[in-house]
Amino acid sequence: MSTIYILWLRQLKRYFRSKSRIIGSLGQPLLFLLALGYGFGPIFRRAGAGNYIQFLAPGIIAMTVLFTSIFFGIEIIWDRQFGFLKETMVAPVSRICIMIGRTLGGATVATLQAVIVFGISTLAGFKPASWVMALPALFVMFLISLLFTALGTAIASKMEDMHGFQLIMNFLIMPLFFLSGALFPLTDLPKTVDIIARLNPLSYGVDALRGLLANAAHYGLLMDMTVLSILTLVFLLIGSYLFSKIQI
Amino acid sequence: MIQVTNLTKKFGKFTAVDNISFNVEKGEIFAFLGPNGAGKSTTIKMLTTLLKPTQGVMNLDGKNPAHEQSQTRKSFGIVFQDPSLDDELTAWENMEFHGVLYHVPKDLRRERIKQLLEFVELWDRKDDLVKHFSGGMRRRLEIARGLLHHPKILFLDEPTLGLDPQTRNHLWTYIKNLNETENLTVFMTTHYMEEAEKIADRIAIIDHGKIVAQGTAEALKQQTKTNSLEEAFLSLTGHVIREEEAGSLDQMRMKRRAWRR
Repeated sequence: MSTIYILWLRQLKRYFRSKSRIIGSLGQPLLFLLALGYGFGPIFRRAGAGNYIQFLAPGIIAMTVLFTSIFFGIEIIWDRQFGFLKETMVAPVSRICIMIGRTLGGATVATLQAVIVFGISTLAGFKPASWVMALPALFVMFLISLLFTALGTAIASKMEDMHGFQLIMNFLIMPLFFLSGALFPLTDLPKTVDIIARLNPLSYGVDALRGLLANAAHYGLLMDMTVLSILTLVFLLIGSYLFSKIQI
Repeated sequence: MIQVTNLTKKFGKFTAVDNISFNVEKGEIFAFLGPNGAGKSTTIKMLTTLLKPTQGVMNLDGKNPAHEQSQTRKSFGIVFQDPSLDDELTAWENMEFHGVLYHVPKDLRRERIKQLLEFVELWDRKDDLVKHFSGGMRRRLEIARGLLHHPKILFLDEPTLGLDPQTRNHLWTYIKNLNETENLTVFMTTHYMEEAEKIADRIAIIDHGKIVAQGTAEALKQQTKTNSLEEAFLSLTGHVIREEEAGSLDQMRMKRRAWRR
């Protein structure tokens, strides 16, 4: 439908027009990749676990997706009072269409960011096991970004202002990232950390990317894809519902 | 064109809008005035399908905003108090998106965008990003945008807030023009009493959720034995400043002001 297309297009236009924001948001993943990758490299190797950059890159790619997607969802809080969103609320289009258009747009942007980070990581020394897997990996990136864009939308739909945002960042997003196996292997973890990782949607995303790009899945590709697909659907439904209930 | 009968809105125990009734004729410029917290925004939100009333009936161009949301939305355009343009798109793109959202067919859309942008004297800036527009230019764009789908009613919520006299004058000239040539019905709120007095055909004053007076500016002045609409207003609503608490919206507005230029 043209509504969905135009909302998707809008997200893309906004993304491509803000060169400084694109470059700025690449800073953090790059920093993690280079500082941690080269910093912990030697210890990782000595522990017998191989090349840390190889291990880390999929985690950093997933990190990019997570942060870009959640931030995108959070934009809603501002947009709904001072931006385009208000205009869409009063237009004769269904909220579901608005939600789908925005989510697809946001997920596309997050995937593009992830691809750029992927490119940069190959410059830093990451070698995918086989380039044929790049396409399915792209699909997984898109799936993860749908999941977290929907989650960001769901959270933002319940928030009236930006105050709760700090709380969300530090108590939800950061733990999601740090306890997902993005930075450390999921083998032989202490019981508690292992359980938390298993409950974390991002873990499956990271694992899937690692499986496709480095042949090193821990939970197994099938498990990852199943969990991701189900969770994405659930979050999309929750996000759509909460979004449709927004009052201006 | 607009009929409101016994409209009430309660938020829990608090009654924001208390059993109000009024009519707006087709082609009329109707001003809805009141102190802060009186219930103006709530009323507008109900009329523009953003809130469901607790009680009462509304009729907008023959449709019920509470039950026929999609249909009602086609009948009106609105310029909100807080700008709702997309800063990072061009003027033209903002218009185009509105046109798509309101299902205006492509050729008609392109034609009207040109017409309307020329009308508000922004055609030569059509490919500029809105973030480079001044407050006055943004309001003009929002008016042009609100009219793209040729609605019968235009809602204006504090349209001239913060604008300089030249722009304000210009804006009202556009509105008056549209009102006279297209028979556009205008429903406005404002705190600028002189503007309401000059522009509006009829006025309703709302306070504490109730309509305390209705009629032409002349009638209100006679009723309160005063010389200006502002004095009539103060006489009807009192001179005491209203106690208000900054809600999350006010806080965001203040932050926004801190971030702009």
